[in-house]
Amino acid sequence: MTRLAVPKTYKLYIGGKFPRSESGRTYEVLSNSGEFLANAAMASRKDARDAVVAARSAVSGWSGATGYNRGQVLYRIAELLEGRRAQFVAEIRDVEGVSAAAASAQVDEAIDRWVWYAGWADKYVQVAGNANAVSGPYFNISVPEPTGVVAIVAPQDSSLLGLVSAVAPALVAGNTVVVIASEKLPLAAISLSEVLATSDVPGGVVNILTGSPAEIAPWLASHADVNAIDLVGAGSLDWISMQVAAADTLKRVFTPENGPDAAAPALGRITGFTETKTVWHTKGLI
Amino acid sequence: MSFLEYAPAPESQSILHLKSDYGLFIDGEFVEGQGTPFQTISPATEKHIANIAHASEADVDRAVAAARRAYDTTWSRMSGSDRGKYLFRIARLVQERARELAVAETLDNGKPIKESRDVDVPLVAAWFFYYAGWADKLDHAGLGANPASLGVAAQVIPWNFPLLMLAWKIAPALAAGNTVVIKPAETTSLSAMIFAEILQQADLPAGVVNIVTGAGETGSALVNHGDVNKVAFTGSTAVGRMIARSTAGTDKRLTLELGGKAANIVFDDAPIDQAIEGIVNGIFFNQGHVCCAGSRLLVQENIHDEVIERLKARLSTLRLGDPLDKNTDIGAINSREQLERIRELSDIGEQEGAERWTADCAIPENGFWFAPTIFTNVSTSNRIARDEVFGPVLSVLTFRTPAEAIAKANNTPYGLSAGIWTDKGSRILAVADKLRAGVIWANTFNRFDPASPFGGYKESGYGREGGRHGLAAYLKPAASASAIAAAPAKPVTAAKAQNASEGAAASARAASSVTAAKAKKASK
Repeated sequence: MTRLAVPKTYKLYIGGKFPRSESGRTYEVLSNSGEFLANAAMASRKDARDAVVAARSAVSGWSGATGYNRGQVLYRIAELLEGRRAQFVAEIRDVEGVSAAAASAQVDEAIDRWVWYAGWADKYVQVAGNANAVSGPYFNISVPEPTGVVAIVAPQDSSLLGLVSAVAPALVAGNTVVVIASEKLPLAAISLSEVLATSDVPGGVVNILTGSPAEIAPWLASHADVNAIDLVGAGSLDWISMQVAAADTLKRVFTPENGPDAAAPALGRITGFTETKTVWHTKGLI
Repeated sequence: MSFLEYAPAPESQSILHLKSDYGLFIDGEFVEGQGTPFQTISPATEKHIANIAHASEADVDRAVAAARRAYDTTWSRMSGSDRGKYLFRIARLVQERARELAVAETLDNGKPIKESRDVDVPLVAAWFFYYAGWADKLDHAGLGANPASLGVAAQVIPWNFPLLMLAWKIAPALAAGNTVVIKPAETTSLSAMIFAEILQQADLPAGVVNIVTGAGETGSALVNHGDVNKVAFTGSTAVGRMIARSTAGTDKRLTLELGGKAANIVFDDAPIDQAIEGIVNGIFFNQGHVCCAGSRLLVQENIHDEVIERLKARLSTLRLGDPLDKNTDIGAINSREQLERIRELSDIGEQEGAERWTADCAIPENGFWFAPTIFTNVSTSNRIARDEVFGPVLSVLTFRTPAEAIAKANNTPYGLSAGIWTDKGSRILAVADKLRAGVIWANTFNRFDPASPFGGYKESGYGREGGRHGLAAYLKPAASASAIAAAPAKPVTAAKAQNASEGAAASARAASSVTAAKAKKASK
């Protein structure tokens, strides 16, 4: 007798918890061949705002952690992802309709990307900062610091790798994130939140919304408590209006990228959402 | 005769050889502008100094075309060492004509000669000298080997440090291999015109630097021009927002250095004499026309009365008057418009219940003046504690614990600068870590150096000027030169493909005009 499967309920990930959308809305996630896979939560403006509140309250803890600590937490995500490879491969195959080899390659690359960025957490400050030889009796040093809350529209043509490629670098410096997953390929994103929830990432550091980026992203672009917005996956949306809205509070903006190299690993993805702080320390006369 | 009364000691204006009319500086020559010329006056006397050309949209177009030509044919092809030598020449010529530049700056801006002579102009020379040395060392700027210049830079600068802001903008742009069209502020074009003469003396290739004078619409035409690759703006947050909106959707790189409302935090163990001098320097330097001015004094509650008393005593010794007088501490407010804004905000401060104290000093009959003013009993919600006054007005608030000081300091949409005064080194480090500001001065204030990055967090803008970081604002990594052009979605890539046969420069131009058109569409 075949066993009846127990399907998973896919929900949002906000403040370390898994709520349904407050709107009560869901939408159908279909496989590449059009079969029903699951109902995903369709996040609303209110969910986005709740996510920003959660992200803001997580900033001081996450940015206040040492780089060594953040690096270990990010590395632990890779460890747990490795342990659940099969689940992610299956989800990617279901929803993207790709071969097992292609799905495996995507998961491998996502894991390796966490590892690569994890290693930057206690080093990017050395590379992006420096001491400044000023003409006077001052010790003067410039260091990069996280900008705060970063909103991300994840690449829309990738289940897992695109999301990881955009989220991981934003976390390295100590930013917290509100990310809108791929609208059509959201399952791996929600499963990733289960990995995040069990890998020492404090609640609120990463908040994952599923639903319509066209509906939610403009609210994040104009939200006054968001410091930066990564529009990497917003190429097919009216992203220019979002960039215009982001100017109201002078958010830092990454513009859309297309193709398989979207959000390719780069130090600039870390430093782009940092602020350089320069401190002048007076030297005493002896 | 009190110890404050000195015989007048005005700096001579005979060193100036001003023209009655100044044209635009385009393609290496002074040319007439199509707009109606406007006059520049001395804010200390309201007397006419010279007529300044007004650049129309067509003039801006001509200047950008000259900069593009110079970029394509000369400057981007020149070796870094030769670019550097031109910048060294400029630095030396600024030093040689330093007094003349200082007198012109003080006459036109109203700032005390001791500041233009000892701060502004020496820093201008230092800025060119510093970036001159970078021109042939760009591989070490932190962007990998062979970083690429961006192209034509459109730069708009404010009136508070006219020549210094010009140096902050032009020196890194040229060192990185870009060409420039720059617009000085309407009320302070004079020193830029003398600087143009220096460029002629330095034999800088025509079109590498173009100077278009005019008001807001000239600046708008410049930053919105379809053929500029980089926009750098220093000025108000309101205008910065407008520029961020109008460049959205284009591939123009943007850096903004905007307003501030800096907290100057004084702990009870601070070296009090130095702190008093630092507070005075923080807010009354350059009449408070400083975006990073320490306009909010946060003083620990138990030393509040002592600090205020000593501050008042110190302010009573400041001499306000003729900016050209070598003994003047407080010069003229730059314009009537700015004076009215300072008066309005100060009046609101009183209406909202803060206690106003103004130094007792004689105000000259003509010109624009505002005596050093302190507000005590200020609450965090008062406009004078939130809005940038951009004048010699200090708001005093108190705190009890370091945590309260940090919370109050960060309670602003701005994040440009801050000051910390304490004898305890570990406290400096801990507090500096928590302040959300781009420049923090510990036991000092308002220090500037070409090696030191300057710029803000939050609504004080983005990007850095000065140091290695300032150079990066005018460069892109070699490897991503094509990726950056391809990055902003489809239209750019399409335009790029169409123009592939016309070479990289032409395709980049086409790309930028396509995205500019897209932006216009979006802004409707």
